[in-house]
Amino acid sequence: MAKHYRPVRSLVTMAVILVGLTIWAFIPGKDHAPKLGLDLRGGTQVILSPKTGDGTAITPEQLTQTVSIIRQRVDGFGVAEAQVTVQGSGSSAKIIVTIPGQTSRTIVDQLKTTAQLNFRPVVAVDYGSPIPTDSPTPTASTSTSPAVSASATSSPTPTPSPTPKPSPSVSVDPALLAPPIQATDLSGNFPELFAALDCATSKIVDGGVVDDPKKYLISCEKNGSYKYVLAPADLVGTDIQSATAGLPPQGGAGWQVELKMTTEGAKKFATSTQTLSAATAPQNQFAIVLDGVVVSAPAVNEPILGGSAVITGSFTVDEAKALAQVLKYGALPIGLDVDEVQQISPTLGADQLRAGLIAGGFGLLLVILYLLLYYRALGIVAVFSLMVAAANTYLMFIILGRGIGFTLTLAGIAGAIVAIGITADSFIIYFERIRDEIREGKRLRTSVDTGWTRARRTILAADFVSILAATVLYFLSVGSVRGFAFTLGLTTLVDVLVAFLFTRAVVTRIANSNWMNSGSAMTGVCPERLGVAKASEVTQ
Amino acid sequence: MAGLGTLGNRLYSGEVSYNIVGRRKLWYSVSAVLLILSIATLGIRGLNLGIEFKGGAEFSVPVATATDASIVQARTAVTSTGNTVSSVTIVGGSTVRVQTAALTSEESNKVSAELAKSFGVSESEVKVQLVGPTWGSEVSKNAARALVVFLILVALFLAMYFEWPMAIAGLVALGHDVLITVGIYALSGFEVTPASVIGFLTILGYSLYDTVVVFDKVKENTKGITSGSRMTYSEAANLALNQTLVRSINTSTVALLPVLSILVVGVSLLGAGTLNDLALALFVGMLVGTYSSIFVATPILAQIKERQPENIALAKRVTAKRKNSPEAGDNLGAVLVGAPIVHAAGPRQQRVKKPRSRRSGK
Repeated sequence: MAKHYRPVRSLVTMAVILVGLTIWAFIPGKDHAPKLGLDLRGGTQVILSPKTGDGTAITPEQLTQTVSIIRQRVDGFGVAEAQVTVQGSGSSAKIIVTIPGQTSRTIVDQLKTTAQLNFRPVVAVDYGSPIPTDSPTPTASTSTSPAVSASATSSPTPTPSPTPKPSPSVSVDPALLAPPIQATDLSGNFPELFAALDCATSKIVDGGVVDDPKKYLISCEKNGSYKYVLAPADLVGTDIQSATAGLPPQGGAGWQVELKMTTEGAKKFATSTQTLSAATAPQNQFAIVLDGVVVSAPAVNEPILGGSAVITGSFTVDEAKALAQVLKYGALPIGLDVDEVQQISPTLGADQLRAGLIAGGFGLLLVILYLLLYYRALGIVAVFSLMVAAANTYLMFIILGRGIGFTLTLAGIAGAIVAIGITADSFIIYFERIRDEIREGKRLRTSVDTGWTRARRTILAADFVSILAATVLYFLSVGSVRGFAFTLGLTTLVDVLVAFLFTRAVVTRIANSNWMNSGSAMTGVCPERLGVAKASEVTQ
Repeated sequence: MAGLGTLGNRLYSGEVSYNIVGRRKLWYSVSAVLLILSIATLGIRGLNLGIEFKGGAEFSVPVATATDASIVQARTAVTSTGNTVSSVTIVGGSTVRVQTAALTSEESNKVSAELAKSFGVSESEVKVQLVGPTWGSEVSKNAARALVVFLILVALFLAMYFEWPMAIAGLVALGHDVLITVGIYALSGFEVTPASVIGFLTILGYSLYDTVVVFDKVKENTKGITSGSRMTYSEAANLALNQTLVRSINTSTVALLPVLSILVVGVSLLGAGTLNDLALALFVGMLVGTYSSIFVATPILAQIKERQPENIALAKRVTAKRKNSPEAGDNLGAVLVGAPIVHAAGPRQQRVKKPRSRRSGK
């Protein structure tokens, strides 16, 4: 085995790996630095744990839905690179939201509230943005305005949408137009606010706002086309039992959404639709409001008493499915407990990064000095091995950051720094083995080979324990512990790679050199200093 | 350095031998005292748990220079919002850290705004951490689960790679390290945060790493030992310990240096934080870990092995042989009294030492 060992081949393999990683890490047009965690660049991290109200297990669908609602809200903040991830599953699942950079302090409240779905009767409706007075008053196309009917009714007739009258623009304090615009009654400045609201510029359409179902609300349609004054909610999301998208049984234009109420919801819906169907447009409409935004505002054709209804309106399949989703999951029975909130300013993040790097550099320097002083020439090999390991690790950080979204956190940096010592330990095990062999009276070249055979076993066993610890930690923990475990595991693997392909090869190569065999004290493998007497000296 | 190297040679050859295994009662007593102290302080004082485990809110305000007046100032600021302060500490001389009971995010916004105003910094500079009451118990639950799974896996690995007595000895040493580290935390009142827990868990890995290295040498030295009568299992184990002593010192030093650097840099640049919590736990744990792999794991291993019939028989043979020829095996550490013992030079140690001045090197 030792005879067939070709150090040059190992070195070439190592070089190929390094060059490959470098090319991969520095593909043009991609990020060329490791992704930094939140604690290193500032931002907010919120860890939420989903809990069902009745303590039942959370189904994967519920979790997916919760995550997608949260993701919508986070996207609503308009922060680039905000992340929503899920760790764990079932009852131990955690939703981790990270929002980099400076963020508002109210984000947490907006995240943790479950989506609010309300059914509000429409009081007034108008175009989303002010219409120039000289333009002709357009009528909303009847084919797209949705209508709701009892599911028994086979052919629902879409009701024409009310014709809004363009109102003159009024200016009010913009602060009053911050969502949600709510009031307990319609007196006061509510009409002015409604007139002044421009859905094109308002933040309302971003959603994510929690409205009080007991108050009146001014809101916009999601696409900004219409704005509404809405009465307090008649029904809330929990009154809906199920909602499915489907095609009308008789065929017809577009998809529809079938609704089924709970017993309680059916009663409320009956009362509500009785009033609505008797009213004139636009007051025969109700608005489906999700997180403060009007998703749809169907007109009611007739009282719906059975607790089943269809919403029609030439929906595309996607629109129908989206609406059904909103209705079904809009108000999830899932509550979100806030486990941990961390807000770190970018300055502090930069400080932590700097401290981490300085600590790492300083630690590396100390280890290098110790290795050089103690192992001399072998120490130089160790230092180069450490550098190769460091380069490998750094490149992996970049690649993994892009590939699997690995982010380097402070705990991760700590893991990497601790790994410096553990990596160097492998070299020490090897070097001490070589020296042991020399003490046995073997020649350097032989010692390098037999020493490796023995050291290899120890290095593998010891590294295996490290990797085992890292793996267990990674799979059974959440948050910063994971980051640490991941780095520790990664660096241990790199350590094995470097020890096998680089350190051994270099030591084997230089063991052939005359100088290393010269017995100079600087080689670190001087037989005399290792207690082996040269024949001539014994006789001195 | 050269001194350590020379010592290494003499330790390897057996020229110098520290009788570690033979004096196990001494090490056991030292460890027993430490363990009793640890358990007692844990019981009496308990651990100083960070807010991650208690639930609550923590605000860190950066200031130019933190003085006692800052503490009063911070208290006043928080109290003015109608919330009660549970502690105010100065961290690293330039950060005021305020902890309160659990707050809603609305309350916490008020507190951080008030603190920012009071200390004249922008609100975004205030680091806020809110922790729900169940988070800490979950972190601990996860850690405990990780610990159990790890112990089972590692026991299986050690039993397969080495043998059961080694697995048992390794795990005893591991438990010893974690208990004493936690005890030191209880005694010193260092705050226990999730980062410290990471540290504790890492000690598990490291402590075993060290033990594996020593046991590997013990395994090598005791291979086929029962067929001969040169030395007892304890003696072979002790020789292995001595032969790996320099390596243990070197690996531990090299592992501790970066940790030490995190501690020093962390404290001087950042004050308390993830880095220090982690490094402190590691530092204490690695020291204890190195101690235990030498002074606890191997003596326990030797004790277990000496009870096995083949090793009892071996011990009898060795004693009998030495009675017949008192000189034999002497250089292998047969007569183990006191430390260090410099044995009469055996055949392999017959080298004439040059005076220090004439030796090569420094």
